[in-house]
Amino acid sequence: MDVRFLSAGDTAMVVEFGDRIDRVLSDRVLRLGAKVRAVKVPGVVEMVPTYRSLMVHYDPLETDRVSLERQFGVLLKDDAVSAGEARLWRIPACYEAAHAPDLEDVAQRTGLSIAEVIRLHTETLFHIYMIGFVPGYPYMGDLPEALVLPRRADPRIRVPAGSIAIASTMTAIYPIESPGGWHLISNTPIRLFDGALPSPALFSPGDKVRFESISASQFDDIRQASAIGAYNVPCESIAS
Amino acid sequence: MTSVLKVVNPGIHTTVQDLGRTGFQYVGVPVSGPLDRISLRLANALVGNAPTTPALEMLLQGPAFEVVADSVRIALAGCNSAIDVGGDHARTVPSGTSVRLTRGDTFRVVQLGDSACAYLAIEGGIDLTPSLGSASTYVRGRIGGIDGLALKSGDSVPLKQATVVERPEKTLAQPFNLALDQPVRVVLGPQADFFTEAAIATFLSAEYVVSVQSDRMGFRLEGMPLEHAKGYNIVSDGIVTGSIQVPGSGLPIVLMADAQTTGGYPKIATVISADIPVLGRRRPGRTVSFAAVSVGEAERLRREQEAALHQCMESLRVADATVAMDVASLYTENLISGVVSTEA
Repeated sequence: MDVRFLSAGDTAMVVEFGDRIDRVLSDRVLRLGAKVRAVKVPGVVEMVPTYRSLMVHYDPLETDRVSLERQFGVLLKDDAVSAGEARLWRIPACYEAAHAPDLEDVAQRTGLSIAEVIRLHTETLFHIYMIGFVPGYPYMGDLPEALVLPRRADPRIRVPAGSIAIASTMTAIYPIESPGGWHLISNTPIRLFDGALPSPALFSPGDKVRFESISASQFDDIRQASAIGAYNVPCESIAS
Repeated sequence: MTSVLKVVNPGIHTTVQDLGRTGFQYVGVPVSGPLDRISLRLANALVGNAPTTPALEMLLQGPAFEVVADSVRIALAGCNSAIDVGGDHARTVPSGTSVRLTRGDTFRVVQLGDSACAYLAIEGGIDLTPSLGSASTYVRGRIGGIDGLALKSGDSVPLKQATVVERPEKTLAQPFNLALDQPVRVVLGPQADFFTEAAIATFLSAEYVVSVQSDRMGFRLEGMPLEHAKGYNIVSDGIVTGSIQVPGSGLPIVLMADAQTTGGYPKIATVISADIPVLGRRRPGRTVSFAAVSVGEAERLRREQEAALHQCMESLRVADATVAMDVASLYTENLISGVVSTEA
């Protein structure tokens, strides 16, 4: 599918690479975003990468849709895949029953043992496709096929902050308490979003995440350390 | 002593808003800012503030305050109502005119007339440390404003200036023409192809009613459902203020200032930026219809609106005492029902 330029009114243009969830599309989206940030296209206010498109928010008093399409067209011509670097986060996750209200249910529905669900979830290297829904909420994929389930029939009104959840081919972490329809299989004691910080979100689209199983007592220790800023989330640079 | 406006009555939903918070949508933080950007800027201009100064946005019903500062200058814009000053200096100051008040004065915005939102600007602005570059309140994420929340009774709105000089008050030479009685203009797409041709025709001809379930995040519309041609789930993509998403019910939702940054419902059209304030002012229960324009036309309309706004802000004139009196009588005639209902 060719790149399509779509209008979202007179303040946003969608650069659409396709219509499915696909790592190749996601990489093209993220690469275009990085390129535009590097060259600074006049009138572009900000950009939001999603699974399959880049939303370009612009100021119609500074530029217009015709100029933007032309400038983005030029940037897209040089669409060569270059090996980049990505951040890999190791996120502590507690899968013990008190922190994992839907884990047993997920095991039953998938026909796996609880240990197998945990193993599949912690062995997968996840890619953050996009951040949305609520501030800091990362859509991460892809889940191993054995863990793919539809959303819960009865969404919860309140999902606690830190809940790690799965639905369809994705996993996510609820950064703040919010409603939610995903299956809650563990919880992390770290804080993913803090509006008081200049860089409020821990993750950026394109980051990689691996979950590491911790005990309930480790959970309490890390939560206490996090609260006083004495815990650094393990992070390293890897080839993307 | 800190200079504040003490909240006597918070109204229904009164929040601090400036022109919005950009740069963090990629991590899911909405832009927020005013539903009616034009009126926020006019209110700020009337008290001599820069356009980006934080002011108070009031939804559906006005708040009441006590001045706990040597003096303040305030102005109301965005509605055909007025500021009712109580106490020893009782008087009525119409929307679109500034007024200087002194310590101990109380004032209230009785009601907002035909408008769903209105703006109260204070000379010098509200003294808040910006969150992520903006003072705008995003209540769902508890970001910005005063503790990230709408005003409550007893709150103090901290002021940048403890006193304001006496000078002639300013008034709008004429009201800003927002074409409030015209259809709201949209650019079709980005997912117009997810709808049947009949649905597009319905959308552009039917009258919808703004639902009481509307809020700063989205205006829900009631009326003719729109038929999807290819289902109502898309692979999530970006959302902008004005995106009109259509979930399974077929009833459109126009996403507004606190819109989430991404979404998985097809979007039939997007309200043009010049008409966001027009829709933002539409009260629940009132009707709205839509008309399609091209992107180029939308961009031109926005530039024209911006030029008209600049002209309006540059042609403020000195308010004379008779203005307040004339409008006071109009106010009594036109809005008497509102006054009664407020006191009932």
